[in-house]
Amino acid sequence: MLLIVEQCLNGLQFGLLLFLLAAGLTLVFGIMDLVNLAHGSLYMIGAYFAASFAVLTGSFVAAALLAFVATLLVGMAVEVIAMRRLYGRDHLDHVLGTFGLILFFNELVRLIWGPAGLSLPLPAWLSTATEILPGLYYPTYRIAILVVTLAVALFLYVLVMRTRVGMLIRAGASNREMVGALGINIKLLNTLVFGLGAALAGLAGLMQAPILTVQIGMGENILILAFVVIIIGGIGSIRGAFIAAIVVGLIDTIGRAFLVDLLRAVLSQTAASTAGPALSSMLIYLMMAIVLVLRPEGLFPASGK
Amino acid sequence: MTQRATSLRLMLAGGVSAAALALTLALPVSAQQKSVKIGFVSTFSGPTAVIGNDMRNSFEVALDHLGRKMGGLPVEVIYEDDQQKPEVGKQKSEKLVQSDKVDFVIGYIWSNVLLASLKPVVDSQTFLISANAGPSQIAGDLCSPFFFSTSWQNDQTPQAVGEYMNQKGVKTAFLLGPNYAAGKDMLAGVKSTFKGQVIGEEYTKWPDQLDFSAELSKVRAAKPDAVFIFYPGAAGVQFLTQYSQAGLKGQIPLYTAFVIDETTLPLQKELAVGVPGAQQWVNDLPNDANKKFVADYRAKHKHGPSFYGAQSYDAANLVNSAVVAVKGDLTKKDDVRNAMRKANYASVRGPYKYGNNHIPIQNFYLQEVAKESDGSLHLKTVATIVKDSQDRFHDRCQMKW
Repeated sequence: MLLIVEQCLNGLQFGLLLFLLAAGLTLVFGIMDLVNLAHGSLYMIGAYFAASFAVLTGSFVAAALLAFVATLLVGMAVEVIAMRRLYGRDHLDHVLGTFGLILFFNELVRLIWGPAGLSLPLPAWLSTATEILPGLYYPTYRIAILVVTLAVALFLYVLVMRTRVGMLIRAGASNREMVGALGINIKLLNTLVFGLGAALAGLAGLMQAPILTVQIGMGENILILAFVVIIIGGIGSIRGAFIAAIVVGLIDTIGRAFLVDLLRAVLSQTAASTAGPALSSMLIYLMMAIVLVLRPEGLFPASGK
Repeated sequence: MTQRATSLRLMLAGGVSAAALALTLALPVSAQQKSVKIGFVSTFSGPTAVIGNDMRNSFEVALDHLGRKMGGLPVEVIYEDDQQKPEVGKQKSEKLVQSDKVDFVIGYIWSNVLLASLKPVVDSQTFLISANAGPSQIAGDLCSPFFFSTSWQNDQTPQAVGEYMNQKGVKTAFLLGPNYAAGKDMLAGVKSTFKGQVIGEEYTKWPDQLDFSAELSKVRAAKPDAVFIFYPGAAGVQFLTQYSQAGLKGQIPLYTAFVIDETTLPLQKELAVGVPGAQQWVNDLPNDANKKFVADYRAKHKHGPSFYGAQSYDAANLVNSAVVAVKGDLTKKDDVRNAMRKANYASVRGPYKYGNNHIPIQNFYLQEVAKESDGSLHLKTVATIVKDSQDRFHDRCQMKW
């Protein structure tokens, strides 16, 4: 029983982390109609910044805050320098352009930080396990991730649903030309939204950094999952991304945790341990396929499209 | 034209071609073979490029020591990046054999890449020397007269770890490894020697699963005496980090194969202290060849070589021993093979013999991380776990010599 609770927490934590990536991706895709493959590079940049600032400042929290701001600035710069040229073009051009950015960022990181990768050590107070229920120990750092991501989700909800900027963002997702025609500075809005998306990706990267290692190309695999999330959730919808991310995180973790044991009841030991991991990694894509068949727009499409 | 003139011309033509033929036949062998051409396949991009670079650096140190010549012939090396993908490795190996026409193909970190690349290389009767990967299939049914290893068969190292776990009195163990050819061999290897009970066994998606939260929760729930893992490269860094964050370090002892080495230790740091592993080569092995290799590598690169590098260094010297034995005539493939079977060179692990399947019969040592007085961390040999270990698949190999 405790194991099930612990596995659900693992799934929730992974899902919320995916949400941070997917939120930025869905905003950029929904509002600017831009397919940004380089989103994973911003995730990587956030992690590298955090590792470097941690060495400079000696404090994990300060490094995280500085890296968040730095990734925001990098994101805004990328929007002004590169992304602006891509608006209004074909999606294939976006794919080509942003794929080029991936190569650019990977090489840039190799030049600045070298090919070997970095590590971001945790302070002692985060690097332990806490007893959250009697007999249930959970890594303190993963609890911290849960708290931070939930706070960010709440902040995004308030920002998008309760503020004027949020109203513009939602309006932009529904009808971009009309917002421009009403005299809103859509260029500035784009830069802000892209910067915000980048900062969220950077935050996801820097929070993963102490669990994984900081290395070149670290954002590329997880980006695929983030795309799955926004397809399931509905493009342009923060709420959809939130729910889909948690569902994907839970399916991934629960699948890894229990599918092999379930298969063992039916198949032989070796067949189960070989087929289990393969099947559990297919589950997410299976779910995406089902959603695409039943609701091609996603579960919670941005309204008015 | 008179008949006489025609016959004269014919005679002349015949004479010229006969002379040309005689000249070709009389040419000394060494003039035909202008260089020794070696293709080196490893991973030079992506997160595991650190390993490939270490192999290349060590191979270059070996060539420097040989004066960049083998048997009097200059050595030409073509490095190819397999991107850690079997299909890319196969394609690069085919290119080396078919269009570059290399004499030897060396390298291969990953068992799945080697398994995909083996056939095109050995089918073209080109010698392939694995400087790392040792899948059970190639030690057994797929063994080839054109395949040699300067490393080990995958099961051998974890078998030594299993022996060590018996020595430490481990009763129950939980095993974890990646879901690909080598992962399956490694876990099977531990199980073949470990006498206690295996109470859990998990395979994770390879190479893209980096978060082991679900697996670590299972480990905690299973409460084993010990955990055995096989996670090479960056995955090993991530596992040790997460093991400590989950509060399991210090609670359940960890036993490892291919997790802690000179490429990962700078990232693992303190987390690797007190975590035992097995290896056929450790940087402090006290033989002269090894001292020279480690010292010259360290002087050139400011850090020590890893076992991947040591195996690549040995591969260069194994090839050199064969080229010298046949005096540069690489068309004598049987003689090249017979020379390599003798393993007649100064291996940095110390002398070893080849089994019938061309896999080394060798010692395995217990290695641990030691902390120097200045705070730096080094791998060192603690004890010999097994002597003259031969892989458990050699009976299935049809080759006899």
